[in-house]
Amino acid sequence: MAGVNTSTDIGHEMGLHTEPLKGRDIKTMFSLENEGGFAYAFAPDVDFNKRGSVDCEGKEATEINGEIRELIKSGHGTVVLDNPGAKHSIIVGILHRMNFIVNGSLGYFGCGLLDGPMVRISGRVGWSFGENMMAGVCVVEKNAGSTFGAAIRGGDLVCKGSVGSRTGIDQKGGTILVGGDTGAFSGFMMQRGRMVVCGNAGKNLGDSMYDGTIYVGGEIKDLGVDAVPADLTDLDKAWLTRKLTQYEMMPKSGVDHFTKIVAGKQLWSYDNLEPSEKKLVL
Amino acid sequence: MCGIAGLIHRKGKSNVGQEMTSMLQALKHRGPDSTGFAIYGEPEKNTFILRFKVAEQEDLDGALKIHEEIRRRKDAVNQTLKTLGVKVSELEDATEYAFRYVIQYDGDMKVLADHVEDIDGAEILSIGSGLELIKDLGDASVVSGAYGLGDFTGTHGIGHTRMATESDVDIRSAHPYWAYPYNDIAVVHNGQITNYWLMRRQFEREGQRFVSNCDSELLAVYVATHLEKGHTLEETLKKSIDEIDGVFTYLVTTKDELGMAKDSMAAKPMVLYESDDMVALASEEVAIRAIIPHEIDTWDPYDEEVRVWQA
Repeated sequence: MAGVNTSTDIGHEMGLHTEPLKGRDIKTMFSLENEGGFAYAFAPDVDFNKRGSVDCEGKEATEINGEIRELIKSGHGTVVLDNPGAKHSIIVGILHRMNFIVNGSLGYFGCGLLDGPMVRISGRVGWSFGENMMAGVCVVEKNAGSTFGAAIRGGDLVCKGSVGSRTGIDQKGGTILVGGDTGAFSGFMMQRGRMVVCGNAGKNLGDSMYDGTIYVGGEIKDLGVDAVPADLTDLDKAWLTRKLTQYEMMPKSGVDHFTKIVAGKQLWSYDNLEPSEKKLVL
Repeated sequence: MCGIAGLIHRKGKSNVGQEMTSMLQALKHRGPDSTGFAIYGEPEKNTFILRFKVAEQEDLDGALKIHEEIRRRKDAVNQTLKTLGVKVSELEDATEYAFRYVIQYDGDMKVLADHVEDIDGAEILSIGSGLELIKDLGDASVVSGAYGLGDFTGTHGIGHTRMATESDVDIRSAHPYWAYPYNDIAVVHNGQITNYWLMRRQFEREGQRFVSNCDSELLAVYVATHLEKGHTLEETLKKSIDEIDGVFTYLVTTKDELGMAKDSMAAKPMVLYESDDMVALASEEVAIRAIIPHEIDTWDPYDEEVRVWQA
């Protein structure tokens, strides 16, 4: 991996976490100073202005993903997918910065294991969209299925419509933004990051969350175990305003009415764990 | 895993047989063991369609003299129908072991069903004025081709592709399940019912019959029992979410309705498309896109959501 060092300070400086860690710390961080910047050593050299396209009509996922990789190899930094037809497992394992434009809808497990690309989807997406995303931006213009953004660690995952159940289950970082409603068990076992739901949230919101923050603009059916309301600070409002404006999702009524939900931290005594134990949990 | 699908046309008939075949074929990867259809054609006054089988597909390979035995069982069914005063106006051998009869009968359907199923190896797949229930081993195109569903026109239907996890790979355990002994009611299910045996024993004590060990059959019995008590389909589906434990999404059809229920965990998928002309829903959007190839707006129903649509 290029451009990586093991400094223990950068993470704190970047605001990734705030609690004091004791004992052994084994995290590795990308260095801003190194020439490689935030890229992997094996990242291909692509030109964002070089645009290629894939017509997904009549093709299996393996064939479509293969064509995408061929375009990347030949330096295309922007790939357009036409007629995706709600097929599963499209645009997966892309570990560098580039652009995707999807004209249509994706099926299950779309945009999984991403680390860097920017994806814009004009249709809807199925279950487990954006699973395990590390970095980048995905914007879905319509609705999304359940387990939207499961276990993401970074980046912005945006759905302008409504999403299914268990949104952000096991979320470990990053930001999930939902323009409409979310279903039951959203934020289940959330560990880090932020989730914003402009509409209503289903039952057991934030159930068993260790950490992280959930903001809800509408009604919450009920809270899960150890999820508790917290004061919405000016900093929260400023952040919400910036994020929602950035993706053109700012409610006409503003953000003052949002409810903030955090972990009560009575369930697992998470903050008392040693870093190595936290690593196991995460 | 299993895949389920359903559709209902709100403004008249369509080629439901071909549409359901396309939808279920798109879900083949969710369950390769068997495929089943419950599709609804134009009901005729005082006429019922009886579909039954007298053997399993696998029997054809293993049993000695099975062909002779099938003929004997079919003759026994014919004799029973004659004894009960059932008038058979059409007979069709869908396969060597599965049959479709058009009948006229004004007696008690439970009596008819019980007498037919008293015959060794005989099982009624469905009775209804519009319902045609077809299920067999193989994917959707195989079953549809074998039973000639390509030309079937009707208003609505449900279907199922099965990955056997709870019971055997045979027609008996395949979906849909007809809601014995009530006309025109069928069920398909994706999930696991965890209080299956408890509820099954309760129903059996009340005199209900089960032909398989598949937990999904419980839903058919449950729905039939509650409709018989006078509940509406919507009331029945809502009640089922409270009384049936487990993770499930299931679809129910009556002669003019399509219903959907999702459990309280929302653990099993369902994608819904709704327009002025039709409603289509399936475990995956690819099934809906198999009959509506252009871009559409779809969404996932939420936990404990119940919907009922009229044909």
